[in-house]
Amino acid sequence: MSLRPRIMPTLLLKEDALVKTIKFSKPNYLGDPINALKIFNGKGVDEVCILDIDASYKKKEPNFGYLKDIASEAFMPLSYGGGITNLNQIKEIFYIGYEKVIINSSFIENPNLIKEAANFAGSQSIVVSIDYKKNLFGQRFCYSHGGKAKQKIGPVELAVKAQEYGAGEIFLNSIDRDGTMQGYDIEIIKEVVDALTIPVTACGGAKNVADIKKVLLEGKAHAAAAGSMFVYYGPHKAVLINVPSEKDLFDNNIY
Amino acid sequence: MIVILDYGMGNVGSILNMLKKLGHKSVISSDPNIIKEAGKLILPGVGSFDTGVEKLTKSGLIPLILNHAKVEKKPLLGICLGMQLLGEKSEEGKLAGLSLIPFESKKFNFEDKHNLKTPHMGWNLVRKVNESYLVNSIDSDFRFYFVHSFHAVCKSNENILLESIYGYKFASAVFLENILGVQFHPEKSHKFGMKILDNFARRDNFVS
Repeated sequence: MSLRPRIMPTLLLKEDALVKTIKFSKPNYLGDPINALKIFNGKGVDEVCILDIDASYKKKEPNFGYLKDIASEAFMPLSYGGGITNLNQIKEIFYIGYEKVIINSSFIENPNLIKEAANFAGSQSIVVSIDYKKNLFGQRFCYSHGGKAKQKIGPVELAVKAQEYGAGEIFLNSIDRDGTMQGYDIEIIKEVVDALTIPVTACGGAKNVADIKKVLLEGKAHAAAAGSMFVYYGPHKAVLINVPSEKDLFDNNIY
Repeated sequence: MIVILDYGMGNVGSILNMLKKLGHKSVISSDPNIIKEAGKLILPGVGSFDTGVEKLTKSGLIPLILNHAKVEKKPLLGICLGMQLLGEKSEEGKLAGLSLIPFESKKFNFEDKHNLKTPHMGWNLVRKVNESYLVNSIDSDFRFYFVHSFHAVCKSNENILLESIYGYKFASAVFLENILGVQFHPEKSHKFGMKILDNFARRDNFVS
């Protein structure tokens, strides 16, 4: 476990609204992402990850004007992913106030973009996200374009390739666990972590602090990302932006 | 009134919004008439040293900054690249900085054993080296968010306000009387950064 692991809310955008998906589908409208960010500001979260889940699939450019408005409201480091296809867009994302870019579909289509981006900004600012799903035989395959395009490569293999191309961090996301709150896919997370020297942020399935502890300790993830647990509250999943308290994390020996 | 200097080096909306949240009036501006009236100036900046110097020169802001800080002795805060521009020069470029504080910026240089990467990116702690109102009530558990490959090397310890450790100790905040600079991003360091900006904003406009 790193000295102080990052715990990272992941906010999903669809047509500039905040949504939460289950297994990458059924987007549930939650409200205004800027309101969510304002609450995260007050709670002092380590980092927030913003993903436009439609952009790559619909071949849309990042909505820079809107993303700039979001960044101006964030008093914490931000990363953005969705619809990034070239270096100029990456430069623009940094310019409008984001610390990291997250690239998924474009890494699969044009891996050299990662090289270019890392040369421009340094590896630390370039995150490759890997979405994967298990098939009936228990084999895991990567998906691009918002989970819609199946690839022939598995997550460990793709993560190693991303590291070779200069990614500074892997954002590993289980499509099967997305929005299910059934806990992280510890086994594969650990496999990816063990195969790499760069940090891995695990995402998909977190329900509570115990899950976060497990993914950091057993999965050996460097950071824990989650969606549902930060936007839903209680057994009936009422929409409520919430963050585990510093005390809660200390009491669970996460810090 | 606090003026956040706009010379085209990155988004400074979060500095403005953090000050607003703290209840302090500020504007983002490159208008000489507004800058002349400013009680305090913030010099932000993200990017490379020479680009920063060039853009600052082109913007015509340099005489205004020097007048504010050196003649009128009003508070000036540099953030990230804005801090490095307060120094004399940087290994990153060939151009001269504003030379308001005697330091230069050097690239992180580690022995291999550390396996550390540049840029230094992420949350880090700070330790007070000297006292100033800017770091009032800053405790040892305060964390700040850093993104930088170059760091200040002061000619005298008197100008080091805070130090941090990344491979080795480096000056993470510098100062000389009314002129202050922080390497980290207070505007991205939520409650910890708010304390720094609040300290800066609350100070009366006289020599520290």
